Amino acid sequence: MNTTKKTLALRAGILLASASLTLAGCATSTAAPATQATAVAATADATAAEALAISDAWVKAADGGMSAAFGELSNRGDDDITIVAAEAAVSPRLELHETAANDAGEMMMREVEGGFVVPAAGSLTLEPGGNHIMLMDLSHALMAGDEITITLALSDGSSLEFTAPVKDFAGGNENYDGDMDGEMGSGH
Amino acid sequence: MSRGRDDAPGRRGTTRRQFLLGGAVAGVGAAAAVGIDYAIRHPEPQPVAAASVPLNGDVIVPFHGAHQAGIDTDAQAHGLFLALDLRPDTDRDGLRRMMRILTDDAARLTQGEGALADTEPELAVAPARLTVTFGFGPGFVDRARGQAPAWLHPLPAFGIDRLQPEYCDGDLLIQIASDDPLTVAHASRMLLKDARSFAGLRWTQQGFRRAHGTVKPGTTMRNLFGQVDGTSNVSPGTPEFDEVVWSADGWMAGGTGMVIRRIRIDLDTWDRLDRSGRDQAVGRFQSNGAPLTGTDEFDEPDFAATDAIGFPVIPEFSHLRRARSEDPAQRIFRRAYNYDDAPAAGEISNAGLVFVSFQADVDRQFTPIQRRLDELDLLNEWTTPIGSAVFAVPPGCAEGGYIGETLLA
Repeated sequence: MNTTKKTLALRAGILLASASLTLAGCATSTAAPATQATAVAATADATAAEALAISDAWVKAADGGMSAAFGELSNRGDDDITIVAAEAAVSPRLELHETAANDAGEMMMREVEGGFVVPAAGSLTLEPGGNHIMLMDLSHALMAGDEITITLALSDGSSLEFTAPVKDFAGGNENYDGDMDGEMGSGH
Repeated sequence: MSRGRDDAPGRRGTTRRQFLLGGAVAGVGAAAAVGIDYAIRHPEPQPVAAASVPLNGDVIVPFHGAHQAGIDTDAQAHGLFLALDLRPDTDRDGLRRMMRILTDDAARLTQGEGALADTEPELAVAPARLTVTFGFGPGFVDRARGQAPAWLHPLPAFGIDRLQPEYCDGDLLIQIASDDPLTVAHASRMLLKDARSFAGLRWTQQGFRRAHGTVKPGTTMRNLFGQVDGTSNVSPGTPEFDEVVWSADGWMAGGTGMVIRRIRIDLDTWDRLDRSGRDQAVGRFQSNGAPLTGTDEFDEPDFAATDAIGFPVIPEFSHLRRARSEDPAQRIFRRAYNYDDAPAAGEISNAGLVFVSFQADVDRQFTPIQRRLDELDLLNEWTTPIGSAVFAVPPGCAEGGYIGETLLA
């Protein structure tokens, strides 16, 4: 777990109101002692990021192409939190995906409209076969045991950065609606 | 298992690694942690309300600490030993990545949680004292470009050995032990899946003791010869144990040396031996494990005692006499398991012992004992070592750390 302070420009078209965003970093939750990738970010003022945490985060290993990130998002605040975009150094394009039935009744992955909503005092699970964060056009292979840093942009302009270990995983090979090319990596 | 000589069977000293009872106990009071050793040593009065007897499945052995668990942990009912060989392209960085992943898996599984990306987390909820212990073979330390302990090499060839390569050596050893065999199987599956990119399975050995709850905790195990096996072990939590087991050297400080020998026992020829012949071969009574000069399992053997015609009561050729050294440096801590696998066609037995011992320095402590047994031990008539491996078991790690970090960081 690393603590970072960095300025982010999120490519999802969100223009951050404040020029710089300070991320006070990753703190391991005491409730889950074995959790490696638990992050809580906070800014000086009460922001959505302050109330949002992710635990048990992991990313699927891939030789290249695309991969996906999973974890358990929890919101300890009184308002719903919307995640509008995600960014990572290993991929020029991250997408927030949901898995839903298409007209033919097949389960398909597609970009979720309006982002992920983590309900007030609730949680949202990102898991294979369900909601997840897609990492497109990987710049290099994601090898088991690597640590990947991902930043989530929230609708109030704040953001949450977390690190997640890469794990080999045979599942999560969902179908894609539309014209996506490439396929999920299956380890190296 | 082990205890001080003056303790009665079934009672044991406190180990530093106290077991934490989760789940069921949480409802009893505010403190969710109870030292199970306390309960064992103080059977009455009942320290907690008798209304709630925690399930053994909920009992957790802490993962993090100065030493790896699974060494000074009272031996669980089931033990699985996996030896892996590193893939040719697994370099030092790969070793680091592998050990971080495997450590995280072990930390979660032993605490009753599914591993990350666990497809069957339901199988992780009853750890039943699950421990996962890692050891490094010479090939691992070499790949890490580390300084291997001088004793980290295959044991010298012994005359009694009939070693089969499929039970020898290996780069990475994973010992998985629990009172529940389903828990062992799940942990094994998870760890092997996550090791697969870095290493392949070389050999597997599975062993068992009495099931949990069958006999009082701390009762010395019996092997399939029927013998009480392990009476003279040092007791965890004592200075003697610390001296025998834990290394103080470099990246191994807080770690230990591990010897695993697969010893086939010939039950068909053992059957031909009458009771007194068996007692003479071992130097102890099969009935209760007492030395032939005593009446209680923990009586100190009297090697000077002679019978009416002047022969030693404990024969010179007996296992007990040959294994015992006057040199206090030549002591080991045994933590063996029985095996009873499928016999070959036309036979009815394929049984033996997965002999496991921990000692700070294998060359200095284990090898002299084995050399004496190789030269003379009547028990050799019915036992044949068919597998042999030596591993360096690194120290434990703190939360956020990983096993092997003292070598790989």
